[in-house]
Amino acid sequence: MNIRRKLNSWTINVLLIVLVISLPIFIIYTGLIGNSSPTWDHITTNLLPQYIANTTLLVLGTVVLTLIFGISTAWLVAAYEFPLRKQLSWLLVLPLTIPTYIAAYAYSGLFEYTGPIFSFLRNSLHIDAGEINVRNISGAILVISSVLYPYVYLAARASFLVDSGRLFEAARTLGSTPFSNFWRIVLPVSRPAIIAGVSLVIMEVLNEYGAVKYYGVTTFTTGIFRAWFSLEDIQAAIYLSALLMTFVFALIIAERLQRGKKQFKTTSTDSPLGRYRLNGNLKIAATMMCLLPLLVGFILPVSQMIYWATFTFGKVINDDFGRLIVNSFSLSFGAAVICIIVSVLLVYSVRLSLSKRSELFSKLASLGYSIPGAALAVGIMMTALFMDQVILRSLNLTTGLVLTGSLGALLYAYVVRYLAVGYNPIDSGFKKITFTLTEVSRTLGISPLRSLFSINLPLLKPALWSALLLVFVDVMKELPLTLILRPFNYETLATRAFRYANDEMVPESAPVSLIIIATAFIPIILLNRKINQTP
Amino acid sequence: MKISQLFVLAALTLASACSGTKQNSEEKTEEKVVNLYSHRHYDADKELYKKFEETTGIKVNIVQASADELITRMEAEGQDSPADLLLTVDAGRLHRAHEKGLLQPINSEVLNQNIPSKYREPEGHWFGLTYRARIVVYDKDKVDPSQLSTYEDLTDPKWKGKIMIRSSGSIYNQSLLASIVAANGADGAKKWASGVMANMARDPQGSDRDQMKSIVAGLGEIAIVNTYYLGLLLNSSDPEEVKVGEQMKVFYPNQNGRGAHINVSGIGVAKYAPNKENAIKLIEFLSGQEAQKVFAQINYEFPVNPKNQASALLQSWGAFKADDLNLAELGKNNRNAVMIFDEVGWK
Repeated sequence: MNIRRKLNSWTINVLLIVLVISLPIFIIYTGLIGNSSPTWDHITTNLLPQYIANTTLLVLGTVVLTLIFGISTAWLVAAYEFPLRKQLSWLLVLPLTIPTYIAAYAYSGLFEYTGPIFSFLRNSLHIDAGEINVRNISGAILVISSVLYPYVYLAARASFLVDSGRLFEAARTLGSTPFSNFWRIVLPVSRPAIIAGVSLVIMEVLNEYGAVKYYGVTTFTTGIFRAWFSLEDIQAAIYLSALLMTFVFALIIAERLQRGKKQFKTTSTDSPLGRYRLNGNLKIAATMMCLLPLLVGFILPVSQMIYWATFTFGKVINDDFGRLIVNSFSLSFGAAVICIIVSVLLVYSVRLSLSKRSELFSKLASLGYSIPGAALAVGIMMTALFMDQVILRSLNLTTGLVLTGSLGALLYAYVVRYLAVGYNPIDSGFKKITFTLTEVSRTLGISPLRSLFSINLPLLKPALWSALLLVFVDVMKELPLTLILRPFNYETLATRAFRYANDEMVPESAPVSLIIIATAFIPIILLNRKINQTP
Repeated sequence: MKISQLFVLAALTLASACSGTKQNSEEKTEEKVVNLYSHRHYDADKELYKKFEETTGIKVNIVQASADELITRMEAEGQDSPADLLLTVDAGRLHRAHEKGLLQPINSEVLNQNIPSKYREPEGHWFGLTYRARIVVYDKDKVDPSQLSTYEDLTDPKWKGKIMIRSSGSIYNQSLLASIVAANGADGAKKWASGVMANMARDPQGSDRDQMKSIVAGLGEIAIVNTYYLGLLLNSSDPEEVKVGEQMKVFYPNQNGRGAHINVSGIGVAKYAPNKENAIKLIEFLSGQEAQKVFAQINYEFPVNPKNQASALLQSWGAFKADDLNLAELGKNNRNAVMIFDEVGWK
């Protein structure tokens, strides 16, 4: 029996959500229709080849590094027993709490002439070794990968823990080695999840602005800003972001094609992997391997920030810090929960609607993640103004600007921007729940909504928690949207840290950055426990 | 935690987030306010605004973002914009806002007295509050200052592999090149940009401070930086940075010609300012003698009010001749300057 036919109203659901989410994006792109751009020639001859080359290199480099860091650690933590495994399994997420541009400043500071390493060599050991210059594309790749790999790690680990269970056990009883299990069973089964993680990394890299600008690497994003603000040609900026979006859309389609008809579904959630015991040197080696990304992505940059904070702490800490923490925390948490609700509704509606087309269509809702924050902020602003000036005013509900410059507009912006972050893990989570379950429950006369709450959501828990965690941490670090759209006198930890860093007062930004990290720490620990508890 | 509990918690935290702003918007109706869109963001600025509130009873509400973003926001908001004032850290952006019709002319006796005419837009669309120069600093042990003369001289092959400068995305470099376009024409400016490119010690990158650090690390000998960055280094909380600052000497270029390139941190009244009178009061306050002392010194800049003296540090670098070019020209030539940078491949 095919129950999908009867549920066409779900298609309308998908349409509605996608429309609301992508409205700001469409508003930006209405700019595509218009006069041809005067500086476009200038850009294509002088700049575009460089943008393409650098962006490609940056994306490839970070993809390779984050895959290596993310998968190897996730596999070790999921399948082996070694010293500190439990602690490392959540510590490895911590680099996510560091905003990329802050990590970039920290690395530059660590290795520069006045940084702690070379100052120590010079002043205590009297070795004048100059400095190591990390401000180039290789430095950018290393820094960006070291704070973004947890996207891959989280996705891979959740999948290793949940999906591989029985298959893995079965292979094991058949005498297969862990190594060949990994390549032949675990990796193929977890591929959709890993690709979901990597696509977050890619979009994050395509969007990256602060770090690449500081390191002098010209990419599409820096190009968009240059076209828009320096060449004063919004048209050209839109062409550039359209190119970028086309690329992202191609990626999404490629991901679908590679997944093809392969589907890996399991109804079992009761058998997490039995872990292999390692002995002797291998045990130590496993601990070391997991410590390495943690060192590069967290311990080193945080140490540099602590070093800075020791001489700037007293100068910048004042009594409104409590307010900053409350602001950051509540905004992030609220936005994360909204994102999760919308994602679940969207994914579930797609499942219940009849068409493949609506699935592809739903991907439109994740495009917000690929547009540079500052450009998206303008789209949101236009949308909010449109609602204020056209809709609310014509209904005589309000005068002046109600939505514009309110927290509502900011939250809307976060959802548009970060829906993809919540959508991807939830989508791949849903893909693993066989549709038969819903179908059976429907034949038993249970409503789709009840079947969502009583069957799907409980099975989805690990995916829900990791989605919540990811969005929370992302919003915590978010800058351009918060900067432009926030109400008067409203500051968050990230805007405060940026204020200092932007004025080349990086040491002064360290105490605030440390508080961002600490504030993100708590939910990571809590949520991580949730992920571990659920089988 | 159950999922339903999570929703309740989220609703609560959101409510707490909103409570702060609601309070503010209620205050707006009762209190006298002035709404400031600002690119400047120093902690000490806040003290000044507090003082302004104490003396006038007018509360200063602030949104801080980059000037470009604020201009876009004002443009989008149009007649409904709550902005009364736009404060930026360079004249080019003020000119752009003026060009887009976002500012209105102000004629105030106080302002005309406090601010010399070369630091304000002729019709009063914007007013400079502090100024800084973009100058040459050099390693005092390696460079003979008699070798230095003009910006143009930096293209001389004798500086090959010795010049450090940041990327062309920086508005400070764009304004410097815009001033050279004004002085030597587009061709002259292009020649200058490619000449400096040829003499660079490395690819453009980092901040102004980083250039000076790398000089001490031995990568180059001279750098083009804004005056206040040297001030910031010399007053850094990191003793290593202070040492770098002490190794630097200041050279003001083109003293026998047009003078050193300067730029202002300035402010203009928004075209649709809902609190215009309060806005004018704030500018008058900021250009007044008392505020100028603090406002300029916070960031080691020069006060525009001639009754104020520059800080002891700035005075120790000696008096200098500043380029008399009307600062609005920097804005007019900005786009041209950026295209020249792109054509010569200055990243």
